[in-house]
Amino acid sequence: MLEGIMIGLNTAFTFSNILLVIGGCLIGTFIGMLPGLGPMSIISIMIPIAISMGDPSAALILLAGVYYGAIFGGSTSSILINAPGVASTVATSFDGYPLARAGKAGKALTVAAISSFCGGTIGAVLLMIFAPALATVALLFHSSEYFALMVVGLSAIAAFAGTGQVVKALLMTVLGLIMATVGEGALFNLPRFTMGIMDLQSGFGFVTLAMAMFALPEALYLVMDPSRSNNEAGGEIKDLRISRAEAKEIAPVIARQSIQGFLIGVLPGAGATIASFLGYAVERNIASKEDQEKFGKGSLKGLAAPEAANNAACTGSFVPLLTLGIPGSGTTAILLGALIALNVNPGPRLMVDQPEIFWAVIISMYIGNLVLLILNLPLIPYIAKILAVPRNYLIPFILFFTMMGAYIGQNNATELLLLVGLGICATVLRFADYPLAPLLIGFILGSMLEDNFARAMQLYDGLGFILERPMTMGLLGIAAVLIILPSYRARRARLRAKGVADGD
Amino acid sequence: MALDRWIALIILMICMAYGYAAFFTMDVGLPPFMQRNAIWPSTFPKLLAGLAIGCALIILLGQGKGDAGPKEGDIDYRRLTDYNLGQAVLLLVMMAAYALMLRPVGFLISTTAFLTISAMVLGERRLRYLLPITLLATGLVWYLVQQVLGIYLRPLPYFLGTGG
Repeated sequence: MLEGIMIGLNTAFTFSNILLVIGGCLIGTFIGMLPGLGPMSIISIMIPIAISMGDPSAALILLAGVYYGAIFGGSTSSILINAPGVASTVATSFDGYPLARAGKAGKALTVAAISSFCGGTIGAVLLMIFAPALATVALLFHSSEYFALMVVGLSAIAAFAGTGQVVKALLMTVLGLIMATVGEGALFNLPRFTMGIMDLQSGFGFVTLAMAMFALPEALYLVMDPSRSNNEAGGEIKDLRISRAEAKEIAPVIARQSIQGFLIGVLPGAGATIASFLGYAVERNIASKEDQEKFGKGSLKGLAAPEAANNAACTGSFVPLLTLGIPGSGTTAILLGALIALNVNPGPRLMVDQPEIFWAVIISMYIGNLVLLILNLPLIPYIAKILAVPRNYLIPFILFFTMMGAYIGQNNATELLLLVGLGICATVLRFADYPLAPLLIGFILGSMLEDNFARAMQLYDGLGFILERPMTMGLLGIAAVLIILPSYRARRARLRAKGVADGD
Repeated sequence: MALDRWIALIILMICMAYGYAAFFTMDVGLPPFMQRNAIWPSTFPKLLAGLAIGCALIILLGQGKGDAGPKEGDIDYRRLTDYNLGQAVLLLVMMAAYALMLRPVGFLISTTAFLTISAMVLGERRLRYLLPITLLATGLVWYLVQQVLGIYLRPLPYFLGTGG
């Protein structure tokens, strides 16, 4: 392994490669800040440039830099204006945006940057040590386990969605799953529930829905209630530094979530989105009672968890790509395409035939993370200044950017009408205290959930897979407990309030 | 009946329509070879419809604590008219108009108009600041998206060519 590291250092520490990492991170960060352009689209835009460089290690180094930058940039827009442009940063907005509203935007961005850095770095170390071994474990997960894993994720989110009304959160999750079935699925070549409308053929767009659920209601709230935009800090950026106590508070969260996120990222198909949601749910669940209250209202833990997890998962998703040649997510699939175009065949032979590529990528991940941290920490006060823009200018621009996000993804003006319609529905739902995050999460995971469910059904010719695979059954058991436990607790609390004696 | 139950009722009706489609109309056109599969396109929707109807019924019929009233800092929908409802509705209308105008009028004009008028709806009156800012922003975004990223946005009205 040491030999490998030396090869990697040799390749990565050339002047041009370091420049590529820096450039990639910068481009990724800035484009990633625009809602609607996630890592996937940015990487696909960069591919022609990467391929024309001809050197596979350099190309991969550039693309990895862009990837990290984009993920970091995406969290900026979810923290500042509650507009998560990328699925994996949706969980970041749960606590990041309340922090920004409390005038702690600078601190939130700093925590996000540091958690991302730690997640990415720990992920890179783990990748270096475990990549060969993990490749075999990842193959143990079959479609039925993926299905069960996602059910666990969804029930965890529904159970801890914040308002304490499990049924409402559950209904929203199922509604999200229902919305995901609209359009043509991957498994069945037939449009479902499109009501004959051509524009629904490809289903609802993720960005459209994300903007409609989060950014648009928030903007409307700001319009309707002007006192909301005067946050206590008056737009001033204070508290940039993290105190020692706060650092102590989030350090274990970051450590746990980096490892958990990495492990989830290794599973092909799971990826950063599931890692960030599960990370948030797990941390919320194991936090102490008074910490739990803070989740969703601006908890530093709640911000650090998804950020560390999603960055570690991004690194983790390179494991199946580099060792098995199986892309674990859309983004790594595009990377795979780029690699093949550069005449590199990722797979078990890669580490033997072209070790310099494997190691150069790992070393450049280190450098990329470091560069991101160094570049971003000084920039944070300026980025956070966005919030100091006068309200009359800020709101039209937020609305405009949400629309651009929905438009450039699909290049379809109907998408904008859909955005407005869904945004109105989301605002009404928010009036009635229905949590919106579970809906979006259900939608994101919906197609993956159904695909894996369908595959498991086909393999085992029916629902038998639940009984035949112990791991699936175990995971589904956890999901059931997650749903039942909070309602049981609430019921008991209600009974106790009425003066009925407990059974135990 | 509180708003959240009304919403549950509406969702229930949507889900019943969805469930009807899944149970009764979807499988009609299913080719024979697919009928032998363990899973049909309608299997998963059937499951979901059942779950959703169950949840909606629990909310609708449950005797939960009912409406807890608005949380601090939240908007109380019972006093909706106390807020700047007119501005919000106007902005939504502006967004819909923007959606309809974007293609025929072109990106530059419609965006400038949208940004300027929205800011004026919100109470901005100093046009000598507003116009240059919106023009600059529109131009910058167009340049970035079209020229740097290579995503096509028609800049000018349809009768003036395709631009870029």
